[in-house]
Amino acid sequence: MTVTGVAPPAAAPPVPAAVTARVTDRRSARAFVDTHVAPYADAYDRAGRVPEELLRRVAEAGLWAPFLPPEAGGAGMDWVTLGEVHEEVGRGCSSLRSLLTVHTMAAWTVQRWGSSEQRERWAPAFAAGERLGAFCLSEPGAGSDTSGITTTAAESGGGWVLNGVKKWTTGGQRADVFLVFARTAASIGAFLVPRDTPGVEVRPIDDMLGTRASMLAEISFTDVVLDKDALLGPSGFTAGMVLTGTLDLGRYSVAAGSVGIVQACLEASAAYAASREVGGTPLAKLPLIQAKLSDMVTDARAARLLLAEAGRLKDAGEASTIMATWVAKYFASTAAARHASEAVQIHGANGCGTDYPVARYYRDAKVMEIIEGSNEIQRMTIAGQADREKTG
Amino acid sequence: MTDTKGQILGFVRDRYPQAEITESQDIFALGFVNSLFAMELVMFVEKTFGVTIPNDELRIDNFRTATSMSDLVTRLLAEPAVA
Ligand SMILES: Cc1cc2nc3c(=O)[nH]c(=O)nc-3n(C[C@H](O)[C@H](O)[C@H](O)COP(=O)(O)OP(=O)(O)OC[C@H]3O[C@@H](n4cnc5c(N)ncnc54)[C@H](O)[C@@H]3O)c2cc1C
Repeated sequence: MTVTGVAPPAAAPPVPAAVTARVTDRRSARAFVDTHVAPYADAYDRAGRVPEELLRRVAEAGLWAPFLPPEAGGAGMDWVTLGEVHEEVGRGCSSLRSLLTVHTMAAWTVQRWGSSEQRERWAPAFAAGERLGAFCLSEPGAGSDTSGITTTAAESGGGWVLNGVKKWTTGGQRADVFLVFARTAASIGAFLVPRDTPGVEVRPIDDMLGTRASMLAEISFTDVVLDKDALLGPSGFTAGMVLTGTLDLGRYSVAAGSVGIVQACLEASAAYAASREVGGTPLAKLPLIQAKLSDMVTDARAARLLLAEAGRLKDAGEASTIMATWVAKYFASTAAARHASEAVQIHGANGCGTDYPVARYYRDAKVMEIIEGSNEIQRMTIAGQADREKTG
Repeated sequence: MTDTKGQILGFVRDRYPQAEITESQDIFALGFVNSLFAMELVMFVEKTFGVTIPNDELRIDNFRTATSMSDLVTRLLAEPAVA
């Protein structure tokens, strides 16, 4: 027997073309993604990483932290537009969107809660993508239950000493600075830890089910000595707010990425259904296939509107944005998982192979139901809203 | 009751309609406050009264009651704005 077409080993990921325009809105984001990201996303997925050149292209497009104010090197982009931009990136490549998500969380937290020295030191570098941030909350023994984290930050000599292990850190293999949540005497605090601080050790986690190119890592902190102002925001009762706010933005970005997955499933499935024939009839003419496609159209629009509403409330500074973001993320992530499964179904065996992107969407979509608050945690939180809305 | 106090009480009651909350009641003692509500509360105060609460004012004593929150707002509004 002759064996041909053996799966090639993961090759070095291809290099995207040079960037000619900055991303300022959905339209320019879509153009950027269609040129620089989507054509290569399957290759990144197989290689288990994105190349440095792509990270530079993202910087050239001004995409790393456009929401930062102009004086910090950003473009002052509003949240509705940022949601649209992250949707477009998620449509092309969930791994890159994940890297943007955690960078967004780190950059926003420094801007909102950092001392003026911290802001001056980090914000322009975050905006330019010269320094990449990552978000370290989960540990080997604690994910959903954030109160179960065991990483500690002890006050010592006017600063802090950090000890513990963080796991599943998106971008951890590549990030320059970690936003680490650790237990203090009073509460859970947020600490900014440069990667090159003595006592920080990064171990890559490869071969994940989805978002395979997002370069996850397990990171240990052993007697890591930090300055006093490594703590971002207040200590005491409101320290939890830093985490709440950071997770809120992460959730918003993941909701946006999930809308992008639904849209990607729709576009791929509609194209496939139009060209693939069974018994001489295009799939697109079969009522059962039409039902799947119509649900994709409907859910893409519904999820997009929920996201836009959450973004509008953020722009207005309304407290209700937090619940609106939970709802958007819950709806969009479950819709992404549902429609990615149907997209594979529509593609049949082709959906299970590497010639079409839908298998990647399917794997990536599952991750969306787990990160930034799993489905179960989302439903438990949204149930609190139901309680507020009861009559009598 | 001042308008500030009234608006703050209205926000808390809106979130927890089943609770009977007065302006001097310690909302922490009632067990309502989690980090989600704390965040909502701070966002509400900042948005409604056009203030930015500095880190060192984010102390539990400033948020215990509608009265203490209202005092905080009055104090912040009286201070010259700093960047
Ligand atoms: C690809 C990927 C990237 C990630 N990136 C990051 C990152 O950058 N930074 C970071 O800090 N973390 C990251 N995570 C970790 C992620 O945040 C956690 O996986 C998530 O919070 C769930 O925690 P867990 O995996 O420990 O599951 P667990 O908390 O152990 O939960 C296991 C299951 O039980 C359910 N469950 C938990 N509590 C309850 C309850 N009270 N009632 C009912 N069901 C419940 C959960 O929903 C889940 O289905 C990443 C994870 C993945 C997969």
